Amino acid sequence: MIEVKDIKKSFGDKTVIHDVSAIMQTGQCNLIIGTSGSGKTVLMKCMVGLFEPDQGEVLYSGESFTKMNRSDKTEIRKQIGMLFQGSALFDSLTVQENVMFPLNMFTNWSYKKKLERVNEVLDRVNLKDTNKKFPAELSGGMKKRVGIARAIVLNPKYLFCDEPNSGLDPQTSLVIDKLINEITREFNITTVVNTHDMNSVMEIGNYILYMYQGHKEWEGSNKEIIFSKNQRLNEFIFASEFLKDAKEMRMLEERGRIPNDRNIDDLIK
Amino acid sequence: MRIFNDIGQYLIMLRGMISRPENAKMYWKEFIHQCSEIGIGSLGIVAIISIFMGAVSTVQTAYQLVSPLIPLSVIAQVVRDTVILEFAPTLVCIVLAGVVGSKIASELGNMRVSEQIDALEIMGINTKTYLVLPKIIAALVVIPMLVVIAGVLGIWGGRLAGSLTNIIPPSTYDQGLLESFSEYNVIFALYKAYSFAFIISSIPAYFGYYVKGGALEIGRASTKAVVVSCIMILCADYLLAALLL
Ligand SMILES: Nc1ncnc2c1ncn2[C@@H]1O[C@H](COP(=O)(O)OP(=O)(O)OP(=O)(O)O)[C@@H](O)[C@H]1O
Ligand SMILES: [Mg+2]
Repeated sequence: MIEVKDIKKSFGDKTVIHDVSAIMQTGQCNLIIGTSGSGKTVLMKCMVGLFEPDQGEVLYSGESFTKMNRSDKTEIRKQIGMLFQGSALFDSLTVQENVMFPLNMFTNWSYKKKLERVNEVLDRVNLKDTNKKFPAELSGGMKKRVGIARAIVLNPKYLFCDEPNSGLDPQTSLVIDKLINEITREFNITTVVNTHDMNSVMEIGNYILYMYQGHKEWEGSNKEIIFSKNQRLNEFIFASEFLKDAKEMRMLEERGRIPNDRNIDDLIK
Repeated sequence: MRIFNDIGQYLIMLRGMISRPENAKMYWKEFIHQCSEIGIGSLGIVAIISIFMGAVSTVQTAYQLVSPLIPLSVIAQVVRDTVILEFAPTLVCIVLAGVVGSKIASELGNMRVSEQIDALEIMGINTKTYLVLPKIIAALVVIPMLVVIAGVLGIWGGRLAGSLTNIIPPSTYDQGLLESFSEYNVIFALYKAYSFAFIISSIPAYFGYYVKGGALEIGRASTKAVVVSCIMILCADYLLAALLL
C-alpha cells in the first residue's frame, strides 16, 4: 500500500501539485488521470522521490519514504520498477543489456539464467528478435515496451508506469494494459499508472485519481466513473461527442425512456 | 552568488560519490570501460600533438640560440625540460579537457535530460558513485600515463625535427638529453598530471550531471565545462609551479 499525504510541490513560484492525498492499494491498478500538464508526472515523481515534495509525505507500507535516510530509501527503491514517460532506456546498451541491467546489478545469477529471465519478460511485452538492437533503432512504442520489461524484470513490489500506452496503437495498448493488470494480480504488486487513455481507465482502473490543474478533483473506481456528477471529470471523460451520446443513451436506457432494442450501435450510423 | 552555489554543489557531488558500490563487478566493468574511453580514445590526438610540439620546440629553440658559444646539445636540454615541465602535462591536459571533458559532460548531460539518471536512481543505484566516480578514477589512472607517453613522444619529435632540418644531429641530441637531468622534473610533471586529471574529469562531470533542460543545454554545459576546466588547469598550473618549484 502506498499512501500519499498532503503532497505539495512548486517550481519557483508556480505550484504544480496542491495538497494531494491518496491511498493506493496493493494488488490493484491505481490510475492517475488528467489532461496534459495537470501534474501527473510530477505527482508520480514525488511519490518515488525523484522530486522532493515541499510539504507532505509518502508512505510505503506504512513507513514514511520521504523522511527515510538514503540507505533505507535504497532498500525501498530496489522494490520499485518504473517506466518513464520518455522510456529512459540506456542508449549505449542494447535492448537485451537494458533489460538485463537490473539483474546484473542486483543478482548474482548465472548469465544463462539472466538471459532466460530477460527473454521471458521481453516475450511478455510481445518483443521478439529485438535483443541485439539499440534503443535508437526502435519505434517509440517498442521503447515503451522495453521500458516496461526493464521495470518488471526484478519482480518489483511497486510498479510505476508513466503513460505506458501513449504512442501505442489501440491493440498493443490493450495488450500492455492486460499485461500490467495481470502481473499486478499475479505478484500482488502495488501498481500506479499515469494515463489519459479512457480505454485503460475502463479496462484496469480499480482506483482512479483525477487530477485537475494540480488538484485532486475526483477519486473512485471505473465502475463509478461514468456515473460521476463531477462537471470537470465529465468534461474529461466525455470529451468526444460519441461518448457523450453513448452516455446519454445509457442513462435513458436505465430510466426506461427508450425501448431496449435501440442500442449504442445505432448511434454509430 | 552563482559561483558559490556551483562550488557548493560541486563539493556535495564529490562527497555524494563516496559510497559502497551496489555490485563491485559492474563498477569494475564501468571503470575499465572509462579507462578505454578516456585513454585509448585520446591516444591518437595526444601522440600527434606531442610529436609536433617537440618538433616545434627544437626548431624554435635553435632559432633563438644563435650564439656559436652555446653548444648544440643545449637545444636538447631545453626541449627536454620544456616538454617535461610544461608541454607534456599542461598542453596535453588542456587538449584533453576539450576531448575528454566535453565527452564526459555531454554523456552525463544526455543521461540527465533523457531521464536515464533518474531511471538508475529509481533502481536504487547511487548514480554519483556509479557514473561519476569511475570516470574520475579512470582519468586519474590513464591521464598520467598519457602525459608520460606525451613526454616521450615530444622529446622524440624534437629529435626527429632536429635531424630532419639538420639543426642538431641525433647523437648530439641524445647526449644533450642526459646532461644535467633532474628526476624531480618528472615527478613534478606527474603531480601536475594527477591534479589536471582530477580537474578534467570532475568539473565536466559536475556540469553534465546537473544539466537542466534539453539538448541545447547539453551543448552549453559541455562548452562551459571545457572552458572552466581549461581555466582551472591554468590556475592549478601556476599554483603548483609557485608551490613546488
Ligand atoms: N522540472 C520542472 N520544472 C518546472 N516546471 C515543471 C517541471 N516539471 C513539470 N513542470 C510543470 O508542472 C506542470 C505539470 O507537469 P506534468 O509533467 O506533471 O504534466 P502531466 O500531467 O504529466 O502531463 P502529460 O500528460 O503531458 O505528461 C506543468 O505545468 C509543467 O510546466
Ligand atoms: Mg506526464
